[in-house]
Amino acid sequence: MLAAWAGRTARKALVLVGVVVAVGLVWTGYKALGQATDGHWPGTSIDLPVPTDDRTLPPFWDILRRFFEPQRRGDDTQLWRFILDAAAFTFREAAVGFVIGLAVGLGLALAMLRSGWLERGLLPYVVVSQTIPLIALAPLVVAWGNQLDVGFITWQPWMSVAIIATYLTFFPVTIGALRGLKSPAPEALELMRSCAAGWWATVRKLRLPASVPYLIPAMKVAATASVVGAIVGEISAGVRGGLGRLIIDYAQQYLSDPTRLYAVVIGAGLLGIAAVALVDLLDRALMRNRPREAR
Amino acid sequence: MTATSRPAPAGTDPATTQATTAAAITVTRVDQVFNAGRSNQVEALRGIDLAIAPGELVSLIGPSGCGKSTLLRVVADLVEPTGGTVTVNGKSARQARIDQDYGMAFQQAGLFDWRSVAQNIELPLELAGWDRTRRRARSRQLLELVRLGEFADHRPWELSGGMQQRVAIARALAVEPPILLMDEPFGALDEMTREHMQAELVRISAETGTTVVFVTHSIPEAVFLSRRVVVMSARPGAITHIAAIGLGARTEDTREDPAFFAAVTEVREALRGRIGAKATATATAKAADADADATAIAGEER
Repeated sequence: MLAAWAGRTARKALVLVGVVVAVGLVWTGYKALGQATDGHWPGTSIDLPVPTDDRTLPPFWDILRRFFEPQRRGDDTQLWRFILDAAAFTFREAAVGFVIGLAVGLGLALAMLRSGWLERGLLPYVVVSQTIPLIALAPLVVAWGNQLDVGFITWQPWMSVAIIATYLTFFPVTIGALRGLKSPAPEALELMRSCAAGWWATVRKLRLPASVPYLIPAMKVAATASVVGAIVGEISAGVRGGLGRLIIDYAQQYLSDPTRLYAVVIGAGLLGIAAVALVDLLDRALMRNRPREAR
Repeated sequence: MTATSRPAPAGTDPATTQATTAAAITVTRVDQVFNAGRSNQVEALRGIDLAIAPGELVSLIGPSGCGKSTLLRVVADLVEPTGGTVTVNGKSARQARIDQDYGMAFQQAGLFDWRSVAQNIELPLELAGWDRTRRRARSRQLLELVRLGEFADHRPWELSGGMQQRVAIARALAVEPPILLMDEPFGALDEMTREHMQAELVRISAETGTTVVFVTHSIPEAVFLSRRVVVMSARPGAITHIAAIGLGARTEDTREDPAFFAAVTEVREALRGRIGAKATATATAKAADADADATAIAGEER
């Protein structure tokens, strides 16, 4: 069991290294091609889609090396450390947003399961909610948050960002949970009824366990959405300390230090992967005893 | 609710007084119309009268769409009839369901993937509020009954179709329900497993005194299992004939008994509409002696 897990992990690590090497080769090859032909497709005068100068496309190796250099002059902190701290800050917002989104999504799905009237009334608005641009919503949430007096906690800006992340996460969870809760076969529901199981007992013993295979993919989507929501939320709410702010800062200083922006973008990507990996652990725990084809 | 709660004697309700014996299940003038008043209206059942004695094993047989599954669901209180009444041990079908007087099994075993075999059997017990120790003891006992003792901690999908169906039957028997309602539970099994399961069901019913209502497509199955076979016709679903099967104790040789073939023939004739209520109504063109025969049998039922 442990050996199989170690084997799987080693295989995954190997694939990751392979992907990095492949991207590096393509990157470097493309750059070499552009420099050899002066930015044209070979044998033509047609421009390559992306210029290959060091400012637009820094050498791949330089980007990787940048992680281990000081994040800026006058600060000895290595860049990877700096990005990691920012990622941890963003992760907290995303995680809180994810958990609230999960609760809200499950709650909405249960309410819509309970009442067809509620489902017909509510579902269109759940869909509409996702068409409102996040950038428009974020300043509003921040403004409300600043006015908010919760009593036992002082409202902090990162909490507003978590709410913004919630806004992106509850949607896939609602849809996935509703489908999952409705997935049991009519016979299974008749069986529960014949055992005199009430609505809540049927939810607990049949509908919720049956919804897990639907809920897990929805949670994976929600995990990445929570990271995106947190980063975009930080940017539009002007919250410092996370990856969002770092992306803005480094973008503004792109001309003087282009590799830094690439590094933080890679960091954001890794955070998303980490979020999905956590859901994957949950997936393994919950689906341990299910037939293979359901996994 | 205890596992040993047995039905109160019937007869307190006026509806049951029509039955000659103290019936376990009494169906009185039941009609079932789906989508009433709309273009897709279906008259699934019309004027169903049926009394089933305690401990009796009765099969419902008929062509697809004759309403036999609907009748089972009406008895189970999964569907509310549009007309007529169902009385179970002197109470309404709804009350009987709430009292967990029913165990049900369907064509698909319908075991829950996320539960072990034992946990699947314990589901009705959990819902009835049994504690863990008693549940365990009961599921052990039931696994022995369906001869799956060593599979308690297996996952349902690790079992063959026949074994899964046995687990489903054990689950249906868990709370010792006085009544077992089964909707083609052996339909998806191969012939050998099916015959084995039929013998098991007869044995279990005899050992536990459980009343069984069994829906099937198969004539030999109905004849082998039942004390009476209820033959139904479609559009509207109605009982056309009730064949009393006098085969005594079922053994491996029962299926080769001439009386078995005679009973199969009787049910087949009834399904073809040559005997029974429908035949008397529609068989004007038929030979006079066959007509007289049918009338005689239909008369016997009354």
